[in-house]
Amino acid sequence: MSSRNTHSLEGNSRHPGLNLGPAHAQEEDTREEMVFGFWVFMMSDLIIFGLLFATYVTMLGGTAGGPGPKELFEMKSAFIETMLLLTSSFTFGMASLALKYREDKTRLVFWLVVTLLLGVAFLFFELKDFHTMFDKGGVPSRSGYLSAFFSLVPLHGLHVTGACIWLLALLGQMTVHGLDAPVKTGILRLAILWHFLDIVWIGIFSLVYLGGLS
Amino acid sequence: MSARPLNEQQARECKTEQRSYLWGFLLALVLTLIPFALVAFTEIERLTLWITIGVCALAQVVVHLRFFMHITLARNKREDLLLILFTVLILVILCGGTLWILFDLYQRMLPGMMP
Repeated sequence: MSSRNTHSLEGNSRHPGLNLGPAHAQEEDTREEMVFGFWVFMMSDLIIFGLLFATYVTMLGGTAGGPGPKELFEMKSAFIETMLLLTSSFTFGMASLALKYREDKTRLVFWLVVTLLLGVAFLFFELKDFHTMFDKGGVPSRSGYLSAFFSLVPLHGLHVTGACIWLLALLGQMTVHGLDAPVKTGILRLAILWHFLDIVWIGIFSLVYLGGLS
Repeated sequence: MSARPLNEQQARECKTEQRSYLWGFLLALVLTLIPFALVAFTEIERLTLWITIGVCALAQVVVHLRFFMHITLARNKREDLLLILFTVLILVILCGGTLWILFDLYQRMLPGMMP
């Protein structure tokens, strides 16, 4: 993609993230504030995750004789979860573009549903992972290490669950009210949350899973 | 609601943005596959491995910010970049401080906690 094109695309940007552009001018000012406000919230969430990462690293040695990362983690399911979340980030991008350029409800709903299914599949594999860990004696109360693990990774899973519920709510809102301004703003903010959760997952798979297995 | 027909310029922009998302996806995919493949199939030295994983992760974060979240160096987006950079500064101070203090304590008083 050439820099000239980038410039023409982003020349009239009003707020961070994907801008819907002049075709969606109604309520543009409110949207600008709401999206920027959501970014501020996202960054405070980033601090929480960052500190849980730091806690996890300080607790790496605190297995108290219990199972450690090598016994508990499976590379295959971590890989599957990573792929599901990465693909869902891409499909959400496609949904955003369907909203921006076409206002085509069918296409938008299709991509949103694909994203939702990928998110749910991610949660399924993550819960299965936790189940396997429990079976191996890796419960949160076993050691400081496991407490740190279970405050970091399931918190991310909880965020994904919340995002999935939000996505369902937006789909419901869209069915009742159509593609009106609040729904559009909601999709823009959910996109930020969804991409942000994928970024947090990069940290989790690199530090927790790959770091633990290497 | 039926699909809005695109004029020529919109069609071009739409294509460019679609390609941008696709590029982001491919780059992120490569940056994911490298560390997974290294851990799964090779036996390289631990420190080198950790550095590679860390570099790939950082690069992938930048790819996500650039291609999926549209954070660029463009002048009219500076405030968002500043918000992110300021948060990262706070995070580095908090996390770096936590790790420094606790590992210093471990070294002095709890050698068993050193991983």
